[in-house]
Amino acid sequence: MDPSRKRKIRLVVALGAALLLAGALAYTSFSASSEAKTPSQLAGGAQPGRSYELTGKVAAGSVHHDGGALFFRVRDRSGNTSVPVRYVGAVPDPFREGREVIVDVRKQGSVFVGERDSLVTKCPSKFKAAHSS
Amino acid sequence: MALLGRACLIIALGLAVYGAGASIYGARARKAAWIESGRRAVYALAGVTTIAFAVLIAAFIRSDFSFGVVVDHSSTTTPLFYRATAAWSSQEGSLLLWVFLLAAWSSLILWVLARKGKLREVAPYATAVLCGLAGFFLFCTIFLANPFTTLANAPLEGAGLNPLLRHPSMMVHPPALYSGYTLFTVPFAFAVGALIAGRLDASWITSTRRFALAAWFFLGVGILLGARWSYSELGWGGYWAWDPVENASLMPWLCGTAFLHSAMIQEKRGMLKVWNVSLVLATGVLAVLGTFLVRSGILDSIHAFGASTLGVPFVALIATMAAGSIGLVVWRRVSLRSEHRLDSLFSREAVFLLNNLVLVGLCFVVFWGTFFPLISEALTGDKASVGPPWFDRYTVPLALVLVLLSGIGPVIAWRKASLRGLVRNLAAPLTAGLAVPILLLALGVSGHASALIMFGCGAFALTAVGQEFWRGAGARRAMTGAAPPAALLALVRRNRRRYGGYVVHAGMAVLFIGVAASSAFANQRDARLSPGQTTKVGGYDVRYVKPTFDVAHDKRETGAIVSLGAVLDVSKNGKHVTTLDPSRGYYPSVDVAQDGPVGRFYKGESTSEVGLRAGLRRDLWTAIEPDTSRIERLADVADRKFPDATPRLSLFIAGTLAAGYAKDPPPATFRVIDSPLVTWIWLGGLIVVAGALIALWPAGLRARRTAPAGYGAQLARELGRA
Repeated sequence: MDPSRKRKIRLVVALGAALLLAGALAYTSFSASSEAKTPSQLAGGAQPGRSYELTGKVAAGSVHHDGGALFFRVRDRSGNTSVPVRYVGAVPDPFREGREVIVDVRKQGSVFVGERDSLVTKCPSKFKAAHSS
Repeated sequence: MALLGRACLIIALGLAVYGAGASIYGARARKAAWIESGRRAVYALAGVTTIAFAVLIAAFIRSDFSFGVVVDHSSTTTPLFYRATAAWSSQEGSLLLWVFLLAAWSSLILWVLARKGKLREVAPYATAVLCGLAGFFLFCTIFLANPFTTLANAPLEGAGLNPLLRHPSMMVHPPALYSGYTLFTVPFAFAVGALIAGRLDASWITSTRRFALAAWFFLGVGILLGARWSYSELGWGGYWAWDPVENASLMPWLCGTAFLHSAMIQEKRGMLKVWNVSLVLATGVLAVLGTFLVRSGILDSIHAFGASTLGVPFVALIATMAAGSIGLVVWRRVSLRSEHRLDSLFSREAVFLLNNLVLVGLCFVVFWGTFFPLISEALTGDKASVGPPWFDRYTVPLALVLVLLSGIGPVIAWRKASLRGLVRNLAAPLTAGLAVPILLLALGVSGHASALIMFGCGAFALTAVGQEFWRGAGARRAMTGAAPPAALLALVRRNRRRYGGYVVHAGMAVLFIGVAASSAFANQRDARLSPGQTTKVGGYDVRYVKPTFDVAHDKRETGAIVSLGAVLDVSKNGKHVTTLDPSRGYYPSVDVAQDGPVGRFYKGESTSEVGLRAGLRRDLWTAIEPDTSRIERLADVADRKFPDATPRLSLFIAGTLAAGYAKDPPPATFRVIDSPLVTWIWLGGLIVVAGALIALWPAGLRARRTAPAGYGAQLARELGRA
C-alpha cells in the first residue's frame, strides 16, 4: 500500500478512536454528574432519589447532632429559603454556621440525605479581620 | 517599606516591558546589543522582584499591620515560622511569589545559555515571552491584587494565618508548586522562540531539558506535600479527593511527564517534533491554568481561598497563550516534520508513544472532570459536577497501563526489538507480575481486581527496573572488577539521566501499589463514643479511654489556644497495639463583639490534629470531633455575666470550661481508619524525588567525557552476557 495512504488511514483510525473515547467520556460524565442546585430550587421541586449537588450557606442555629448523624439546614446565599440536611461522614474542619457548603444530597421524605463524605466547606470569609483601607 | 515594595513592582513592570521590547527589536534588527540589554533587563527584574518579595516577608515577620495583607493573613500570635511563610497564603503574596520565581528561573536559564553561547537565535524571543508573562503577573500585582496596599488606621492585631494552613508541608507546598509552574514556562518560552526563529532541531529541548525536569520535580514535590497535608491535617483521612485545585497541579505534571519521555525520541531519532512542541506548549498553558484555578475561584473548591477579580485577565492570557501556540505550530508544520518514521511497534519509541497517549489521555480525563461544571453549564444551563467515582472509572485503568509501560520502557530496545531480546528481558518481570497477584489470591486477598492487577503491574515494573540495575552493575563488575556497590554507583554516575529515570519508575510503582492497597483495602468507621466505649475497625478494637484538654499550651506550635482531644487505646485480639491521641485545636475568633470574650475561644476556627500510627504494613489513623455545644452554651452565659472580662479572665474561664469538658465529657465523634500500605505512597514519593535528583544532578567532567568507542562495544557485550 502507498505509504502516504497508509498514514492517512492510520490517522483516521486514531482520530476515530480518540473521538469515540471522548464521546464515552462526555456521555458518562453527563450521566454520572450531580446537578448543582440552590435550596430554593430544591425546595421548589426535587425528585425523590435523584442526586443533587446542594450549594448554599449553613443556616444559623440549625446545626445539631443526633446519634452519629449531623443535622443542619442549608439556605440560599442571598435569601432565607432553606432545606433540611441529614449527613453522616467526615465533617470538614471549617464547617460552621454561616459558612458556604457544597454537599451531594438525595431527597428522602422531607429531608435531604447527604452522601457520605461529600460535604465540602468553602473557606471562611469570617476569618478575615474587618479593616478599613 | 510599603512604598519601596510598590516602587519595586512598578520598576519591575517597566523592566519586563523593556526586556520584551528590546529582545524582539534586537532579534528582528539583528542587533546584539539590544538582545544583550533585554537579557540584562531580566537579571534586573529578578533583583527588583527579590527586593519586593523580601519587603513583604519582612512585613510579615515584623507583624507590620499597616500592610492590609499582613492584617488578613497573620497576627502577633502566629508562630514565627508561619509568619515568615504566610506571605504566599494570600492572593497578593502568591502572585508576587509567582513573578519572583519566574524572574529568578528566567535569569538562570538566560545566564546559562549566554555563558555557553547556545540558542542565540531562539533566546531573544524566549526572553520576550518570559518578560511578557512576568509583565502580566506584575500588572495583576500592581492593579488587581497589590500586596503593598496599606491601611489608613493600622489595627493592633491581625486575623492570623488560616489554621488549616499551619502545617509545615503546607508552607513548602506553594513555593514548590509555583516553582514547578514557573519552571515549566521556561521550556514553553523556548518552544515559542524556536517556532518563531524556525530553529526546530532538538537543541532547544536539550538546552531546556534540565529546566523541564526541575519543573516536573518541583511540581511533583508540591503535589506530594499537598497529599501529605491532606492526610495529616484535614480530618477526613484521605490524601487525594480529585479536588479542582489538586487537579490543576496534576494536569501540567502529567503533560510534562509525557514531554520528558517523548523529548528523548526527538533527541535520539528526530521524531515527534510536532508532538513535543505541542506538549511543551500545552504544559505551559496548563501551568498558568493551574494558577488561575487556584486564584480565580472559578470552580467551587475548598482550596479556592477566595474569589477574586483576576478571572478575566487570566482567561485573556490563557486564551492568548493557547491561540498563539496553535497558530505557531500550524505556521511551522512543514518544518516540524519528523526526520524518521517509527520502525516497529515493538520498539522503545512505540512504548514511549503509547505512554504519551496514556498520559495525555489521563490529562484530558482530569481536564474534562475538572471543567465539567463549566462545560455542563454552557451546554445545558445547569451546573453539574462529577465526583471521585467518575474520575476513578477512567484513571484506574489508565494508571494500570502506565505502570505496566514503566516496566516495559526500560527493557525494550530502540528502533526494533527482536523476539529473542524481548523474551530475555521480559521473562523475569512477567513472572514476578503474574506471581504476585496469584500468591496474594492464594493468601486470601481478593475482591478488588484492579488493586490485584496493580500489584502485578507494580511487581512487573520493579523487577524490570531491578533487572536493569543488576545487569548494568554486573557488566561494570565484569569490566572493572569493582565490588558490587562500587559498580552500581559507577553505573549510575556514568548515566545519571537514564538510571535516575529508572529510580523514578521504581518509585512510581511503589507509590501506585500504596495507592491501590490503601484505596481498596482500607477499613473505616465513624463512631460516636463515650469514655470506656469501644468500636471495631478492621480487626482492631479502639477504646475511648479518656478525654484530654490543653489550654494556652500549644504543644504542636500552631497557635491554637484551646485543644480538646482523647486518648484511644488500640488492641487486637486482646493485645495492646498502640495508644493514639487525636485532638482538635481551637483558634480564637477575632470578632470579640459578636462571639464574646469567652465564646471567641471556641467560635473561631478549629482544626483536626490526627492521631496516627504509621507503619510499613498499615496506618491507624484517627480524628476526633468533640461536642462543644455545652461549652458554647456555658461560654454564652459567661459572656453575659462578664461582658467586659479582661483577656486573662476570659482565658481562665475558657480553660475552666475545657477542664469541665474533660471532667464530664459528652460523647465525641471519632473517625478511625485502618489503611494498608499508605506509607508506601510517601516512600514511593521519596524514591521518585531521589530518582529525579539523580537525573538532575550535573554530570562530573569524567562522566561527561565521551566514552571511547571500545567502551560502548565492551559494555554491550557484557550486558549481553550478564
